[in-house]
Amino acid sequence: MVVTILNIVIAGLLMGGIYALIAMGLSLQYGVARVLNISHGEFIMLGAFITWVLFTSIGLNPFISLVVSGPILFGIGFLVYRTLFTSLRNKAPNQGAFEGSSMLATFGLLFIIQNIALAIWGGDMRAYSFLNFGIKFAGTVFAANRLAALVLAIVVGLGFYIFLARTRIGKAIRAAAQDPPVAALMGVNINLVLALCFGLGAFMAGFAGLLVSMCYPIYGTMGLEYTIIALIVVVLGGLGSIPGSFIGGFVLGLVGAIVSSFQPALAMAAYYVLFMVLLIVKPTGIMGK
Amino acid sequence: MRVLEGDKVTKYFGGLAALSKVDFHVDKGEIVGLIGPNGAGKTTLFNLISGALPLKSGVINFRGEKISGLKPHQICKRGVSRTFQSIKIFGNMPVFQNVLLGALFGTPTAMSSADAAKETAKLVEFVGLSAVSAVPVKDLTLVNQKRVEVARALATEPQLLLLDELMAGLNSTEVAESMELVTAIRDKGITIFMIEHVMKAIMNICGRIMVLHHGEKIADGTPKEVATSKKVIEVYLGE
Amino acid sequence: MDNTKFTPRKLLTPGIVLLIFALLVTFPLYTSGYNIVLLAAILMYVVLTVSWTMFSGPTGYISLAPAAFFGVGIYTAAVLGHSLPLLAMVGAAGLVCFILALGVGTITLRLKGVYFAIFTFGLVVLLKELLLFWEIVVTKTRGRFVVLETNDTIFYVMLGIFVATMLTTYFIRRSRLGLALVSIGENEEAAAHIGINVTWLKVLIFAISSIFMGMTGAIMATRWTYVDPYVAFNPLFSFLPVLMAIFGGLGKFYGPVIGAAIFAYTEELLLTKFPYYYMLTFGIILILVILYMPDGLAGFIEKWRKGGWRRKRAST
Repeated sequence: MVVTILNIVIAGLLMGGIYALIAMGLSLQYGVARVLNISHGEFIMLGAFITWVLFTSIGLNPFISLVVSGPILFGIGFLVYRTLFTSLRNKAPNQGAFEGSSMLATFGLLFIIQNIALAIWGGDMRAYSFLNFGIKFAGTVFAANRLAALVLAIVVGLGFYIFLARTRIGKAIRAAAQDPPVAALMGVNINLVLALCFGLGAFMAGFAGLLVSMCYPIYGTMGLEYTIIALIVVVLGGLGSIPGSFIGGFVLGLVGAIVSSFQPALAMAAYYVLFMVLLIVKPTGIMGK
Repeated sequence: MRVLEGDKVTKYFGGLAALSKVDFHVDKGEIVGLIGPNGAGKTTLFNLISGALPLKSGVINFRGEKISGLKPHQICKRGVSRTFQSIKIFGNMPVFQNVLLGALFGTPTAMSSADAAKETAKLVEFVGLSAVSAVPVKDLTLVNQKRVEVARALATEPQLLLLDELMAGLNSTEVAESMELVTAIRDKGITIFMIEHVMKAIMNICGRIMVLHHGEKIADGTPKEVATSKKVIEVYLGE
Repeated sequence: MDNTKFTPRKLLTPGIVLLIFALLVTFPLYTSGYNIVLLAAILMYVVLTVSWTMFSGPTGYISLAPAAFFGVGIYTAAVLGHSLPLLAMVGAAGLVCFILALGVGTITLRLKGVYFAIFTFGLVVLLKELLLFWEIVVTKTRGRFVVLETNDTIFYVMLGIFVATMLTTYFIRRSRLGLALVSIGENEEAAAHIGINVTWLKVLIFAISSIFMGMTGAIMATRWTYVDPYVAFNPLFSFLPVLMAIFGGLGKFYGPVIGAAIFAYTEELLLTKFPYYYMLTFGIILILVILYMPDGLAGFIEKWRKGGWRRKRAST
């Protein structure tokens, strides 16, 4: 009995780690840069595919290939913000209009990124085998790649949290999230910070994609479900709260693991029920005010 | 007769008490002023009365009936209307449509479209905007935009009108005209509760003034009483 | 304009509308099967776009639900098509969507627009997963078979839905409810303070708009022999109406119609040949439109009609 519970908890944490990462990335983009990035999942997909390509073509170890995929995805995010979203920000009459038009623009991004990927790699599932051996722990066997993914997710997640809380740039980001005009007055280079955050969010998505590709098969249209999950976690944690997203990711992962132990096909539905209850009872989420 | 009555009204924002056990009342036909330094809780009080925000504790009654806990549109239909400190107009719509919406939806008993249009035309004339009736409100000057807000609030046939810093940002001529408008509204039989920073206006047209400071009521009396109250002078008027 | 005089000019717009309607109604008499199917598909996109605009246009609450309602319509056809006559089945699809939309709206429309967008975005995937679960675990079948209808029948029903959608949209726009909807989009808090029950109105219009999406799904399903959750719940049918509406322009009544017509026509022609490149182009066009043509095609046309360009240059 204890073993079963432990199984579920660890499985939940494994998935939760990835959820936490993608949610933190989205939270950066929405909480700070004020862009509800509907194409977030596509960056995850890109990260996954770049890793797969590098592994299957030149045998590059996924941990190392982060050095390639990370900057690429950060760069794409940064550039897209500097060009597209900065332009939209300047044109928008108010915050609400910008949030609306930027969200619609990310629709366009979704179309573009997903179809480029489909055109290059087609719609079939791909996978590769890495760290595909078992590790015995607490009476059961866990896949090494999943444990590695969990460890990495927690390390990166915590590391990022500390970065936000302790460093100067981190504080600038938090200031920008709270009150952009005031932060600008205080000497924070607002445009740079916002673009950095968007890029960082894209980086986290890419990194999450890397982890996903290590553990599961990947395919061109995989992004959408991750985007929805990220969105639910962000609301669960509290819109705009990055620590909330971190915690919320693990909460949702646990919920998913519990539901999957009874009925795997209902995991998504369970997330939605949780989402609905949340909206009815406390829309501001775990850490929201 | 007490038109508006608040008993131990309290509101918290997080850990901060925006309003702390405030008692207040407004009698029929009065023009009551509400003053206090920035952050004293004045607009918060209006937000509680109009239903924009929920109370933490306490009760607000309008004409003997409890309105605290109702939604804004319900409170409006009972006869309380307001204007906003940061002006909330329907910018892309013409003046006429802005006011018309008030007449169509906010009155205690529903009106036919034809009657609503007639009332709207009268109100647009009353605030002096007939010449620009078809102009989108976002293209008007600030003082005229405020007039639209007032006309729109009046279109809902209120018995109590809450004016939130009507005179802010106006020059002295515009202030004088607005003062006339406020007295004209009172002469129509509407009770007025107004937040203001422009002292000239408050002292001249208000029969009674309430002073808030850090969420508490520190004075409540005639302009003369308030102007000479030591407490008020310390906190607000003098220093 | 003197509203009492009866001038030929005033007959122009109703006249054009009647002419177009007459052409559409007699369409099957003088063209082949392929064109009828094409026109029905165009009408489908127009209805999805116009009904999306019915709610999201004036209020600014971006709904990503059309695909969900469309899918529900398809599944209603699959489930009820064998036991109900065609029109009753289509009506039932509309009703089911109405009820679903009431639920979705009541939960999310009390809150800020971003929650509504997120919830409706995920709705299509949720429904797909639920139905997959139902089919795999409960009924132990995969997919269902639909009662087929002739191309002519499909066309006429679709035409009827189209007319109903246009009439509904027209009358809402002209009514006090339509004006109230716009005011919600302009400043929701002010609208609430002048007596408008904003939540109720938003939920109502959202639910009404879902009826047409559901009915459209139901009738278009009768073209396909077989549907399953993957086929029925395709997020594309949420993205396309949004794209078409913005491209056409949300400000004017005809904007979504021309946006949808143009896109649908080209899509039907090219989609089968170059699906990926075609959708990629959609994405680029969407971004370009948001950036440089925020009022869409209709905004462009209006500016041109009023000779706006010249005036703009002169003022600098």
